[in-house]
Formats: sequence, C-alpha cells, structure tokens
Amino acid sequence: MSIPEERFVDEAGHDDAHAHGEHHDESFIWKYVFSTDHKTIGIQYGLTSLFFLLFGFCLMLMMRWQLASPGAPIPIIGGFLGQANAPGGIMLPEFYNQLGAMHGTIMVFLGVVPMIVGAFGNYIVPLQIGAPDMAFPKLNMASYWFYFVGGVVMLASFFLPGGAANSGWTSYAPLSIIATMGQTGWLIGMICLINSSLLGSMNFIVTIFQLRAPGMTWMRLPFFVWAQLVTSFLLVLAFPPLEAAGAMQLMDRLAGTSFFMPSGLYVSGQILEYAGGGSVLLWQHLFWFLAHPEVYVLILPAMGIVAEIIANNTRKPLWGYKALVYSTVFLGFMSFIVWAHHMFMTGMGTVISAFFQTTTMIISIPSVVILTALLISLWGASIRFNTPMLFALAFLPMFGIGGLTGLPLGLAPADIHLHDTYYVIGHFHYVVAPGTIFGIFAGIYYWFPKITGRMMNEVLGKLHFWASLVFINCIFAPMFLQGLAGVSRRLYDGGAQYSHVQPVLHWNTFISYSAFLLAAAQILFIVNFLWSIFRGKRATANPWEATTIEWTATTSPPLGHGNFETLPRVYRGPYEYSAPGAEDSFIAQDAATAPQGG
Amino acid sequence: MDIPYTVEPRPDTGLYNAKLGIWLFLASEVMLFGALFSSYILLRTSDPNWYHADLNVPMATLNTMFLITSSVTVVLAWASLRLNNYAKFKLYGILTFLLATAFMVVKGFEYNSEFTHGLYPATNNFMAVYFTMTGLHGLHVLGGMIVIAYLLGPGAKMWNTAPERFTNRVETFGLYWHFVDLVWIFLFPALYLL
Repeated sequence: MSIPEERFVDEAGHDDAHAHGEHHDESFIWKYVFSTDHKTIGIQYGLTSLFFLLFGFCLMLMMRWQLASPGAPIPIIGGFLGQANAPGGIMLPEFYNQLGAMHGTIMVFLGVVPMIVGAFGNYIVPLQIGAPDMAFPKLNMASYWFYFVGGVVMLASFFLPGGAANSGWTSYAPLSIIATMGQTGWLIGMICLINSSLLGSMNFIVTIFQLRAPGMTWMRLPFFVWAQLVTSFLLVLAFPPLEAAGAMQLMDRLAGTSFFMPSGLYVSGQILEYAGGGSVLLWQHLFWFLAHPEVYVLILPAMGIVAEIIANNTRKPLWGYKALVYSTVFLGFMSFIVWAHHMFMTGMGTVISAFFQTTTMIISIPSVVILTALLISLWGASIRFNTPMLFALAFLPMFGIGGLTGLPLGLAPADIHLHDTYYVIGHFHYVVAPGTIFGIFAGIYYWFPKITGRMMNEVLGKLHFWASLVFINCIFAPMFLQGLAGVSRRLYDGGAQYSHVQPVLHWNTFISYSAFLLAAAQILFIVNFLWSIFRGKRATANPWEATTIEWTATTSPPLGHGNFETLPRVYRGPYEYSAPGAEDSFIAQDAATAPQGG
Repeated sequence: MDIPYTVEPRPDTGLYNAKLGIWLFLASEVMLFGALFSSYILLRTSDPNWYHADLNVPMATLNTMFLITSSVTVVLAWASLRLNNYAKFKLYGILTFLLATAFMVVKGFEYNSEFTHGLYPATNNFMAVYFTMTGLHGLHVLGGMIVIAYLLGPGAKMWNTAPERFTNRVETFGLYWHFVDLVWIFLFPALYLL
C-alpha cells in the first residue's frame, strides 16, 4: 500500500485542514522554543545533543594531541585556552584531567543519551505507536529544559576557579570530595540531567503503555519501541540512586559530612578535617548501580534503530522478533545485578566477585541472542546498500567486537591485569562509538526525510560512512594492543614515563592522526546535514517503502499537533515485507487488507 | 487530535495516564530513598565507632501523628469530590495543608534545637544521615504543600470545567502524599528509635 503523492504536496493546506478551528497563530517563541509538541522537542534534543557530541569530540581531540606529542603546544587553539589551562599553548596536567572527565560526562550524559532517547525516542516513538503526542507534553518540555540547564551548568563549570570537574567521569571519592569547585558544578549539572531523564523516561513508559493506537498490540510494536520501553525502565529505576549519591557527595563537599570520607585521610602530608567513618566504596556501588544499566541505555535504542533499518533494507521480516523482545526485557532485568564487575580491583571479596562474574556471563547471553537474530535477518536477503543500511550493517561487527572484548573484563582474574588500561577504553568505545554512534548516524540518515521532508545526499553519506568506519577502527583497535601491554588510562603523557610500555607507545601517534582524520570525515556529515535541510531532494511520505506507521500514516514531515489526520488503526505486525502473493514488497501496519497481486 | 486517556482509564491497562505516571514516579522515589536507606545501613554496620545521638522522640511522635492524620484527610478530600461535595473537599484539603505545615514547623524546631546543641551534618555520620534524609523528606513535604495549595487555589478552577479530571488530580496527589507519609513511617524508627 502506498499513499497517493498529491496528499502530501500542499503541506500548509493540510495544516489548516487539521486545525479544527482551534488553531491560533503561535508566536515563534512558543512554537519553537517552549514547545510542547513531541516533534519539536525531539528536534531540540537532537540539535542540542549534536552540539554536545561535537563539543565532547573536540575535547578528545585536544587530549589526543597531548598524547601524540606530550608537551608540544597545541596548534591554533592552544592560545585561546587561557594561562590557567595551557600556558603558551602547552596543556597542563590539571587541564588534561578536566578534559578527560568532561569528555566522558558530556559524551554519555549530554550527547549520546539525549540523542538516542531524547531525540529519537521523542520524535519516533509516538509516531510509531500511532499516538498524537507524548502522554505528558508539559513534562516533556520540562525534561528538555532540565537537560538544557544541566548542559549549561556543565559548560559553565569550565570557567570556575580550578576549571571543570577533574576526577574522571566516574567521580570516585575521596578524590572528588577534595577536588576543585568544578566538581560541585558537575554534581549540580548531573542532578539537572537526572531529573530530565526521570521526567522523560516516565513519559515514555506511560506513552507506550497508554497511547498505543487501536490494534497496536504488544507483539505488533516495532522493535525500536520495545528498546525504548526497556531503556526507560532502566532510567526510571537506576538513576535515582545516583541522584541520592550525588546529594550525599554534595553534602560531603558543601556541608562537610563524611559519607564517602574514611577516617584519618592524609592529603599532602596533612590530615583532613573530616569526622570520617565514611565508605569510599559506597560511592562506587551507587555510581555503578546507575552506570552499568546506563551502558544498556546507550546500546538498546541503537539496537532498536539498527533492527528497524535492517528489516527495511533486507525487505524481510526480522528473524526472531519474539526472541529479540524477550532478550531485551531479560537484558533489562539482568543489567541491575552486574554493576560490581567494575569493582573487582577494590578488594570487595571473592564471594561477591564470583556472584558478579556469574551474572556478567549470564547477561552476555541475551546480547548475543539479539546480535545473532539481527545477523541471521540478513541471510538470503537482497540487501539495499543505502547509507543508513551501511551504518546499521557496520554496527553488527563493531558491537560484536565491543561485546566480545568485554568478556575478559567480566572475569576477575583477567580484569585484574586489564583494569584501567587502554584495553578498557578500547572495549567500551567499540560499544558506544562505532556501536551506538553508528546507530545514531544510521537513525539520522534513515529518519531525516521523515523529520525534514528532504533526503540526505547518498554520495556524501557513503563517503562519510567509509571514512568513519576506517578511521574509527584505526583509533580503537590499537588501544587493545596498548592495553594488553599495560598502558594505563588517564595518563597525561600517554605512558612515556613507564619503561614496560615503550614498545607500544608509537601507536599513540597513529591513533591521534586517525582521530584527526575521523574529525575531518565528520565535516562530510555536517555539510550533508546542513545542505540537505535546505537543498536536499524532496522526500515522499515513505521514501524507504517501510511498513511502520510513522511512514505510512502521515506526511513527511508529519502534521503539526496531533501527528495524524485520523487516529491510525493497526492490523498487522511491524515487518511484513515481501509477503507471498502481495502486490507490493511491503504491507503497511495500518493496511486493513493486503493488496492483491495483479 | 487530543491525547487519549487523560481522564477515563484505558480498558486494557485499567489506568488513566497520570495514575500510571505517578506510580512510575513513586517507583523512582522508592529507588531514591532506597539508596539512602541502604547507605545508612552500610555506613552504620561498617563503622565500629558509630555514634548515635539521642533525638527528640516525643516531637517526632507528634510529627508522625500529623502526617498519618494528613493521609486520612487527603483521602477524605478526594472522596468528597467523588461525592460531588466541593465544600468538604476544600475543608479536608486545607486540613491536609495545615497538618503538613505543622509537621514542617515541628521539624524546624527540632533542627533548631539540634543546631543549638552543636549537632551539625558534619558532626558525625549519624547526623549526616539524619539531616540528609529528613532534609530530603522535608523537601518532599514542601513539594506536596505547593501542589495541594495549587489544587485549592488557582488549580481549583478545573472543578468547574473538568470535574472528573480535577478529581483525578486530587487522587494522584493523594498517592504521592501517602508515599511521603510512608517514607516518614520508615524514617521515624530508623533514625529515632533504633
């Protein structure tokens, strides 16, 4: 079934027809800034998080410059960093620590999660389930503005005395308690971001439970919606303990309490004036109780995006849809009881280690099931290799490498050697950079026509893909070699002072040049993105010939408030591609009867 | 197109949107206070030199009475709306607000006497736990007071335009208020008696 073209030509006329007489001219500020429409909020989330992704990436480029040529002045921008950070353009160790902490924080909490949950979730989920908006539009707006304020606080913390937070993105106590004022900024920023996440994720769960269109049963939900649902549960339940921990760390820093301060702590030859009796491990437990589920918050929606694109471009139903759904739900449950595998080095005891090793091995099973189901979905298909599909296909081996290299880290004996080395950096970046961020790129190329009404350029897109794929592997694959050889992370000089790592140090230069080339490759994306918004080829309502109702039941871009002209009714599962006997290669979810051949 | 199930429950879930929303919010609140209670247990059991200050039990008992009574009045406020008796809703709503205020005033006196006895959050970890947990709980009481004040004041206009939705709002607030009450029921023995 395809929608007649002329229905979508006159978009303005549609808007008027849709208004039901209640339409009034909204001023610019209410329509685009303080909007309660999920599509506008999704775009706000998307643009803000793209900015933060770029910003976090730039922090990393400065660190890579320092690692490749320790002590050399940073070209061009070195002079703008200020005497306190980089006198004469040469980065100070304190500044390097700020960059490391803020790169992690910004990428995870201000870049990837707001992009993959805030932007994609907000824009796509209501459209895919046939809802006129999110369940609570005002909370949705509040969620964005909490995020925005949190981001501003994080950015502003660079200008505090002593700069931004510099105790790593994990903010381990007691270092973070005695750190400079930037850490307080970090905590306040995090509390804003946590509140934003809570409002957003509650909204998603209610929307998915309550606002599914008639006929949209649980097993007819597109897999992307399932991924967002499980993700939202993780955010609702795992973030509050970090909020509590953040409140306690704030108390330690501002009110002088000793939640995380042990007795008799000496710093620089002086005993600290704290009552003591606190537990440094308590912070780590509370932090990882969030931060491990957070890993699945990063990866599950990316899997959802990839599943949608793979089904669409293989022109086949997903292989094992139910297995995917049950695995995702099981993964969600398990992700709450694996957190202490980040803490094997803390001496918490072999019994606890054994428990968390076991749960960690168990959680790899549903991950493998998901990856395998997606891989088997490719079997025997005549695949359309467009840009979104290329990113989706690359996601599979990249996430595979990230996942498999995680197994040795989940086993305490191997972890004791690998802990805090570049091996860990390589492992989790394979999961989130060529994994999740490739999922994000796939999603942007795939849903761009739905959001803007225009296609992105395929040639630029493919160039962007191949360059990104090559350079990102050149960055992270050598990190495994460095890590196995014992290069520790968070070293200002990249390990130059250690004799045992000299044989692998030359990789630092190679990695850094690859990072700069990866940055250059992203210019292709930025140009393509901006050019396509204004000059891209006009898109039809359903350019990819997809089955899900965000494509089949509304225009590109969708109608204003309300999304659909009439509430869609759903008659079938999400992936009815190449059905035997059907005229088209796809049957829309809202098609009452399958069109007959001839 | 309007958002469905803002007032009437969705048949297959049996809930209207805000009711599911508030339950999820309370689930996250359970995790928030759960983390604090867990931290309290861990800090207390792992510290051989744990110092436990004697807090003012009679005052806390009085406060417990205030909160339990306010949980009753908030239910009566909601029930009055269901019975279409707006005047009684006003009465019970105001009672709820006053009981919450009484709780905060008593809490203020308690804090004051603790400060004058030289007990601050930094004094020891028991006082740190006490001030953090009761402080956070106090913020929740304050939040509840703002909401009920809104429902009695500017928000009450909705009774004339959408009475059913207004009743739901009071019910949703009631669920939140019971939770705030419940947290105190746990805090009272954990901090004052044990």
